[in-house]
Amino acid sequence: MSAPTEREQALPKPRAARRKESPLRKAVLEGLWHNNPVFRQILGICSSLAVTNLVLNTLVMCAGLTWATALSCWTVSLLRNWTPHRIRMMVQTLIMAFYVILVDLALKAYWPEMSKNLGPYVGLIITNCIIMGRCEAFARVNPPGLSLIDGLFSGIGYSMILTLVAVIRELLGMGTILGFPVPYFSTGWDKWIILVMPPGAFFTLACLIWLFRSIQSDPEGKKP
Amino acid sequence: MNVTAELWQALVVCFAAIFTGNILLTTFLGMCSFLAVSREVKASVGLGLAVVFVMTFTTLLNWVAYWYVLVPLKLEFYRFILFIIIIATFVQFVEMVLERYSPVLYQNLGIFLPLITVNCAILGACLFMVIRSYTFLVTVGYGFGSGVGWMLAIVAMSGIRQKMSVARIPKGLQGPGITLILAGLMALAFLGFTGVLQGK
Repeated sequence: MSAPTEREQALPKPRAARRKESPLRKAVLEGLWHNNPVFRQILGICSSLAVTNLVLNTLVMCAGLTWATALSCWTVSLLRNWTPHRIRMMVQTLIMAFYVILVDLALKAYWPEMSKNLGPYVGLIITNCIIMGRCEAFARVNPPGLSLIDGLFSGIGYSMILTLVAVIRELLGMGTILGFPVPYFSTGWDKWIILVMPPGAFFTLACLIWLFRSIQSDPEGKKP
Repeated sequence: MNVTAELWQALVVCFAAIFTGNILLTTFLGMCSFLAVSREVKASVGLGLAVVFVMTFTTLLNWVAYWYVLVPLKLEFYRFILFIIIIATFVQFVEMVLERYSPVLYQNLGIFLPLITVNCAILGACLFMVIRSYTFLVTVGYGFGSGVGWMLAIVAMSGIRQKMSVARIPKGLQGPGITLILAGLMALAFLGFTGVLQGK
């Protein structure tokens, strides 16, 4: 066996090959960064911008969403060989609805005031495009274990950005995080109330998308 | 409550749904199709009309299904599944009827109908109407108003985006970024309506 020549080492090929070898690592990276649902695909922001004015609400919402995404992907993948092609959307929706109902009931039973705060947004996880997107694009053609990981990390990638939005909005808008006052921001800071109101969500998310896309386009270069 | 008072309340709720509580700009529902379709005015008008139509009728159907089927049976937690099924069935049905009886309308509206099934604004409006326990007439006003409000926002946005196609925008901000900022500015403008309905 000959050692790889210098030229072969310089080629970008080995890296790509290694990535292909471990689909697990690829699924994780895709979900978290390269194909992040929020700033790369702009999916699923509908139902969640409204809850990002408080960090606590956002965390609960994101946990619910990650759970629903991961398990829906897993189930869709398990059933992928038995699902008739023409009604697959309906089947997928029902699977998602099942997991979301579990979240809703659990919240109602153990944390009624949070259930009230989130209002209809828990139910709206069903129409969150991330789940449908991942089920259609990934879980339908991949084995269950991998789909679970893919769904899980898509959910985490999404939660990451939304939590960031929530931290910015709560900190600058009200001077607190998770309800606890932050030293400088709760006293000396002139609170930007606008950030807690609807327009603030649009502005914060837009700036974050701008920031991340600018960072991302540098090392990747030619990625579309 | 007598009928006149209820009608008046329905009107107020309708107005509120269009302006002060615009479903897109204050509750962020239907953002995905909003970002994707708002490139041309013509497509936006088509999608907007389809949303108005579907939203008005599905909120009605879901109101009946919720208060006369789920509540007596004490199966309220099934509402997500029921609402989704009703919305999907209704959209499918409308599509078939349109295809059969009005090919012209189908050409213009038909392509947008499947998109609507997964539009969160529709399901959102249905869930809001249940949570706020609106009466039947008020639900009509709410469904119609929300649809019109959504259409107003998307048509206005597509108008702005058409003008913007010649503007120079930083690379990272192109596409969704700038659209979100515009949406934020529109939301600011709509905040100006707050207080119009005070005391109602």
